[in-house]
Amino acid sequence: MVRKRIIPCLDVLDGKTVKGVNFINLREMGDPVEMGRYYAEQGADELVYLDISASYEGRGTFRSLVSRIAKGINIPFTVGGGISSADDASALLDSGADKVSVNTSALENPDLIDKIASKFGSQFIVVAVDALERDGLWQVMKKGGRYAANRELFEWSEEACSRGAGEILFTSVGHDGTRGGFACSTLSLLSSMLPVPVIASGGAGNMSHFAQVFSDGKADAALAASVFHSGEIPVPVLKKWLDSQGINVRI
Amino acid sequence: MTAIIDYGSGNIFSLGAALERIGEEYTVTSEESVILAAERLILPGVGEASHAMRVIRERKLDHIIEKTSVPVLGICIGMQLMCSYSEEGDTPCLGYFATSVKRLLPEGVKIPHMGWNSINGVKGSLFEGIKEGECFYFVHSFAPAPSLSATSMTKHGSLFSSSLESGRFFGTQFHPEKSGEAGERVLRNFINIRNKSL
Repeated sequence: MVRKRIIPCLDVLDGKTVKGVNFINLREMGDPVEMGRYYAEQGADELVYLDISASYEGRGTFRSLVSRIAKGINIPFTVGGGISSADDASALLDSGADKVSVNTSALENPDLIDKIASKFGSQFIVVAVDALERDGLWQVMKKGGRYAANRELFEWSEEACSRGAGEILFTSVGHDGTRGGFACSTLSLLSSMLPVPVIASGGAGNMSHFAQVFSDGKADAALAASVFHSGEIPVPVLKKWLDSQGINVRI
Repeated sequence: MTAIIDYGSGNIFSLGAALERIGEEYTVTSEESVILAAERLILPGVGEASHAMRVIRERKLDHIIEKTSVPVLGICIGMQLMCSYSEEGDTPCLGYFATSVKRLLPEGVKIPHMGWNSINGVKGSLFEGIKEGECFYFVHSFAPAPSLSATSMTKHGSLFSSSLESGRFFGTQFHPEKSGEAGERVLRNFINIRNKSL
């Protein structure tokens, strides 16, 4: 059986990793390649690097950093932030990225998903969906979770899959940074509905949250940042514990 | 020196980077003279079968590979192309492995099969030092059917051959270049295989 994946997420600003709390207030955490290598050695299953400044400052993506990452680590990694064309995606593929994630640009131009998927395959494109629950409706957010897009989580995720998304990375904006656990009931619905793997993000605070997101939330992978970067939850300890709880992880 | 055969497939960067990490020299090429001079060949893989076979035939890479007598490793679609036939694009393939490639069925599982999965029934020289049930990284929607040439099997919905071996031809459905230390061990094992004649 395919293993449940643990994915540390590294937010990158000006070539350095940072961790955002509710996407604002940044704190510097170190070199992206060094951190990636460390996590790979610790047993992380994949990594995500997000160029967080890209979507609103119009900055290009971080191609030279991507090559350094691809040379330095031996597990798959996804890059996101500021990818607004198939050419952007192509440049990142050539630099060694295994997958790209698109968010705001796909909301503004959904055809981008079809283009990237048909050119490079669905396995290469992750559609990141940030959503905030308001009055019982999961409102999709754009530009780093700051502005409402006129879309709803379930219908947008379904459309993204039908356009060729290979995975959906769902971040609950309301849970992100709270450390109170993932949005499990919503994740469970989403994962049951979609034909592709769902990566859960937002809300990891302790080890049992990870067990819950896999069992109750039916997530295929769980992404977190601060609990890993701070050293509070070492990846090997987490995976060993999940294994003891009957969660199918790679150790 | 290892020649990575260039048939326009993606993700050659990662494979080259992995070979560099284990200290193996390589070149990416579709030149006959370079391929004929290489100590071993790798047919890498990301892409679609019918398109890939068209490029291989246009560049006469099939004839060139058949002129060599060195070990050949196919990775992911590279291995699928070395089978006799692929359901993807209804494509006749190279026929180095006597098995065909079938679409994975969503029998209670998600397709593409993406992530780490274990290999079982592990045997053969690619897997020296690799333990039974070791995990490797997979990303694919098609896979070779169970076969006598299988040197490991994996279950995702149904069972498929996660690696194949026949004479000097080797293949892995998973990506060793993305499979951590175990993957690097498989690449190192391939590099250590002495030339075998068919």
